[in-house]
Amino acid sequence: MHKNLTANPIDIMQKEGTIYVVPQGSVLHYDSQNDLRKIEGYTSGDVKQITFLPDNLQQWDSSLVLLVFMVKQMAQAKNISVNLEKMPQNLRDLVDMAFAVDRKPEHKSNNRGGILEQVGKQTSNIFSAFTNALNFFGAVFVGLGRLLSFRSVMRYIDFCSALDDCGPKALAIVSLISFLVGLILAFVGVVQLQTFGAQIYVASLVTIGMCRIMGAIMVGIIMAGRTGSSYAATIGTMQVNEELDALQTMGFSQIDFLVMPRLLALVLAMPILTMLADFMGMVGGAFVGVFMIGLPYQEYWKYAFDAFRLNNFLVGIFHGFCFGIIIALCGCYCGLTCGRDADSVGVATTRSVVRSVVWMIVITGIITVVCQEIGI
Amino acid sequence: MSGQAVINVKNLSVGYGDYVLLRDANYQVNKGDVFIIMGGSGCGKSSMLRVLTGLIPPLKGDVEISGVNIATAPDKDIQKIREKSGILYQSGALFSSMTLAENIMLPLQQYSDYSASTIREIASLKLALVGLKGFDDFYPSEISGGMKKRAGLARALALDPDIVYFDEPSAGLDPISSHNLDELILEINRSLGTTIVVVTHELSSIFTIGSNSIFLDAQSKTIMARGNPKELLKNPPNETVYEFLTRGEKK
Repeated sequence: MHKNLTANPIDIMQKEGTIYVVPQGSVLHYDSQNDLRKIEGYTSGDVKQITFLPDNLQQWDSSLVLLVFMVKQMAQAKNISVNLEKMPQNLRDLVDMAFAVDRKPEHKSNNRGGILEQVGKQTSNIFSAFTNALNFFGAVFVGLGRLLSFRSVMRYIDFCSALDDCGPKALAIVSLISFLVGLILAFVGVVQLQTFGAQIYVASLVTIGMCRIMGAIMVGIIMAGRTGSSYAATIGTMQVNEELDALQTMGFSQIDFLVMPRLLALVLAMPILTMLADFMGMVGGAFVGVFMIGLPYQEYWKYAFDAFRLNNFLVGIFHGFCFGIIIALCGCYCGLTCGRDADSVGVATTRSVVRSVVWMIVITGIITVVCQEIGI
Repeated sequence: MSGQAVINVKNLSVGYGDYVLLRDANYQVNKGDVFIIMGGSGCGKSSMLRVLTGLIPPLKGDVEISGVNIATAPDKDIQKIREKSGILYQSGALFSSMTLAENIMLPLQQYSDYSASTIREIASLKLALVGLKGFDDFYPSEISGGMKKRAGLARALALDPDIVYFDEPSAGLDPISSHNLDELILEINRSLGTTIVVVTHELSSIFTIGSNSIFLDAQSKTIMARGNPKELLKNPPNETVYEFLTRGEKK
């Protein structure tokens, strides 16, 4: 509220069963709460009418309208009449407009129910979200079946466009981040290894770390933030623009049309990007090893290749493949379930990234345990 | 042409979950009609259209289109109904990643056996029909709001539908574009015999194009009036309808 509140622009008095409210001079930015309580106090006696009697009222704003409105509302509840005859016509019109109820909301309720009801509602919401997600996965499998049996309406140009977006256009950022991660990994490792005089093993550390898991994880995080969120935002905006409705009413499968091209593109691109990330991470490690620690170039790469194991590399690629599925499905699902306003698109985008990252960690945990058990 | 019901709505209730927007609606849309669904904001006009087009299920009751109950019919029948229906959404709902021609070609590629070159020609023809000749290779972001609606209409007409639905066609258009779109709707109705269902609260459109109508009332959640809009103006059944049709005049 405005800081310069009008000091005391309203006089209130009671006389022979009538309360007189006298606004005078300028009633601007006036806090009516005290006066309202005062008037309410007077009404506890034998009061039949509240009369507003302006005295040289020159300027007024919504604060006076609010007082009149509140007084009238309170008076109605207590069966007291309100006389506004002497008040300015435009003020009376505004109060009448505020009372002219067009329609009462009936579905909006602040009553959230008891704890049990809330728990029930939340459980029901979780169950319904779970079944929706299952329906979506089922629909994707059916879509895949249609694609493999050449009955899909997937447009190959959409697939190429999605592949271009998550392939060549992502090369630079994936290369840079992987190079830096390899560099950091080498730095952190070499500090410890130097204490044993075993700094040459930094090459093994970086190679194993990047190929086994770090390359795939870094690519996953980059692609979840870059591509998964873009899927959610694009499809969410299509929801806002009624394009999804148009697809549905034209009889096109949203899965074939929107999900399959993106899913296939990401599933194809992720393993390749993971390979690139592995290599760039090793280059980052070599940068530290050769230029900062002073290890011989040939020796660094000899140790790096010695540490390279095909099973580590394949486990990393498999991670990339799984992450591709997760990112594409989370992005598309969040877009398809997006609301119909701008805010919802933001929420869908955030959700897609958070869900992708969470599921990537979960899948990494599962793959790690399985690999441990089968001795890979 | 007229007289035969192509849309038959029986005891229809429209809403979302527990929230009912409209109860027990009964009406018919005859072949060749320009049928207006009108009413104030929030009365359920657009939701009614979403039910008619199968985007949301009815809470209760039946919607028969060309004799097929869209709530219970198998997917194959629903698909046939969709092929014979076109919809123009408020925003045009053109696919932004495609050119105007590609937008129109999409349903043709899916549902017709024409060769690629014929499909391209049909797309150009449909664009020309709505006054967008030569705009084939433009993207939706490169044209104005009115042109987007015209392109959306061209896409809606791609498969020569029996019924075309319009959701607030005048929304966001200047008076001239709005008038031109009304003329276009009438022209399509006259020349192709297409049944038109328009959801709107634009009075000028209602009186210009409407041959039959229903008036939905948010307060009572019912169809408050039905008939030719001009006749309703002459003999309004109640104050609410009169006020609506006269832009708030009191009787």
